[in-house]
Amino acid sequence: MSNERTRILVVDDEEIVRESLGGWLEKDGYSVHVAVDGFAALEKLKAERWSILIVDLKMPGMDGLQVLEEAKKLQPELAVVIMTAYATVDTAVAAMKLGAYDYLVKPFDPEELSLMMQKIVSQQTLVRENAVLRQALKREYRFRDLLSKSPAMQAVFELARTAARSNSTILVLGESGSGKEVLARAIHQESPRAEGPFVAVSCAALTESLLESELFGHEKGAFTGAIARRKGKFEAAHGGTLFLDEVGDIGSKLQLDLLRVLEERRFHRIGGNESVDVDVRIIAATNRDLKRAVGEGKFREDLFYRLNVIPILIPPLRDRREDIPLLVESFVERLSVEMKKRLDGVSSEAMSALMAHDWPGNVRELRNILERGAVVCTGPVIQLPDLGLPGKPDAAPRPGTLASLEEVERRHVSAVLAHTGGNVSQSARILGIDRVTLYNKMRKWGLRRDGEDEPPRDDNGAR
Amino acid sequence: MDPIFIWWIGEAAPDRALLDHAALHLGRAFGRPVREWSSPERPRHAYDPKRKQHLSGAILKWLLEAGPGAGKVLGVTDRDLFIPILTYVFGEGQLGGGAAVVSIARLLEDVELIGPQLLLERLAKEAVHEVGHAFGLLHCATPVCVMARSSGVRNVDEKKPELCSECRRRLEELQTGGPR
Ligand SMILES: [Zn+2]
Ligand SMILES: [Zn+2]
Repeated sequence: MSNERTRILVVDDEEIVRESLGGWLEKDGYSVHVAVDGFAALEKLKAERWSILIVDLKMPGMDGLQVLEEAKKLQPELAVVIMTAYATVDTAVAAMKLGAYDYLVKPFDPEELSLMMQKIVSQQTLVRENAVLRQALKREYRFRDLLSKSPAMQAVFELARTAARSNSTILVLGESGSGKEVLARAIHQESPRAEGPFVAVSCAALTESLLESELFGHEKGAFTGAIARRKGKFEAAHGGTLFLDEVGDIGSKLQLDLLRVLEERRFHRIGGNESVDVDVRIIAATNRDLKRAVGEGKFREDLFYRLNVIPILIPPLRDRREDIPLLVESFVERLSVEMKKRLDGVSSEAMSALMAHDWPGNVRELRNILERGAVVCTGPVIQLPDLGLPGKPDAAPRPGTLASLEEVERRHVSAVLAHTGGNVSQSARILGIDRVTLYNKMRKWGLRRDGEDEPPRDDNGAR
Repeated sequence: MDPIFIWWIGEAAPDRALLDHAALHLGRAFGRPVREWSSPERPRHAYDPKRKQHLSGAILKWLLEAGPGAGKVLGVTDRDLFIPILTYVFGEGQLGGGAAVVSIARLLEDVELIGPQLLLERLAKEAVHEVGHAFGLLHCATPVCVMARSSGVRNVDEKKPELCSECRRRLEELQTGGPR
């Protein structure tokens, strides 16, 4: 036998049982050793690794349940099978509670014994293989909680790893749901500040005055309702990382305040005179085109440059579809644990639909859809209808309403642009027209490069 | 070359066709002369009145003492066999030893319905299987190989009465003392 033989330890005080069980299992190709009592068995368990322990329930000195309990402490992944001459529900329940794999009532059926051993071996092999696979997966595709095998994301991970070591401000760019906060957390975890706090603030969720107090804190009586002094997120993040999500959404006053903190690393609480020094690493994120906002005068240019020290762009999920199976597997596994429900994966039909979907909400949308599927599905495999995937946004006119030729053309061009992520050359190729013609159409219909209705920008304008 | 002795130790009268068919397959599988051994002695001490079955291990010991004392000896019986941990066994062979025993008791299922040839085939397979253990062969993962484990009579019917090429190679190694 070329592969390593499974090692089984048989514990019974009766020689005839040790012999017959040992002989039977030996002929099946297992490497079998015997022990005459629990004490001898535990010695063997301390000395060497075993895959399976078959132990008699009734033995003088130390009974099978005691051996089971001690054995599990020594080798937790050991599969323990209890043998008994009479099965009582009580002992069976006790054995299972103590972590026994199963129990056998003597004399057992030959088929039962052999099948049980085969099952244990194949399960242990599977667990081992999965562990090896998972390790490999982690090394290869992971940056902390982010999972990807696409070259674009691997480049992002590389950049993030390098950036983590510095103390510079990082600007994470990407569509909503693409995992900007997850990346920010990963950078924090990989940085020398990992022991310090990670504080996240969503700048879009609050009004400007609330956000201001959220960030900088306030003194007692600073405004109506300020009944006590309150520390802000900047102070809370001292020694760690402050993540400013949707930083493109803040108003002009706060932009100025933020600029000052970034320049001076100190600030005043609202209504306070004393200046507070902070040691905070800023990671900002936005799904907006900040450079464009600067051009339009909506975002301070000096603040933009303060934030944009190390820009990291997370590509949208539709541009890295090769990651979908990987993410699906990981989410399904996690959901299975969270929901305490057996989930083996998604059907191939569901997988093709997931691969074909455009994911405007990116990884978050994928997770939400799988979560819905996991709740709804009745078997261990999530089926296509369980996902409740939304249909394509109406790329074609609804039946019954007759659209003009131009309307159909506009929708089609828009869909192609959305598909290519706004790549004009690629879209023109798909549409079978030249780029100038496409630009003219886009300008005429007010189409944006990503297919949404808005004025087009200059063709080679950098994002 | 040491022969394989085949010995009817059943309570009923021996069935010639049955023993000859088993002998034929034994000779083919192991390339040795197969002789018949006979004696009126029976391993009655192996009977367990509580289980109303014979302890196969006790029969193996007796075969070595009462048998020809050379080569391999295969006892064939009509009594139901057991080992203490199992409800029954078709037979037992001493791994790398001199004795093997096989019973027709559990091989009789459907024989009346299908015909005596079915029993002939089944017994020949189990005879080769147990003697194979005596030659040192372990259970084989190839389902049609005679050395595949049979937990039920259906498994016996699925196998061929022959060693697969892997088991034949292994048998040769065992004879010549090649790699273990
Ligand atoms: Zn066998
Ligand atoms: Zn074989």
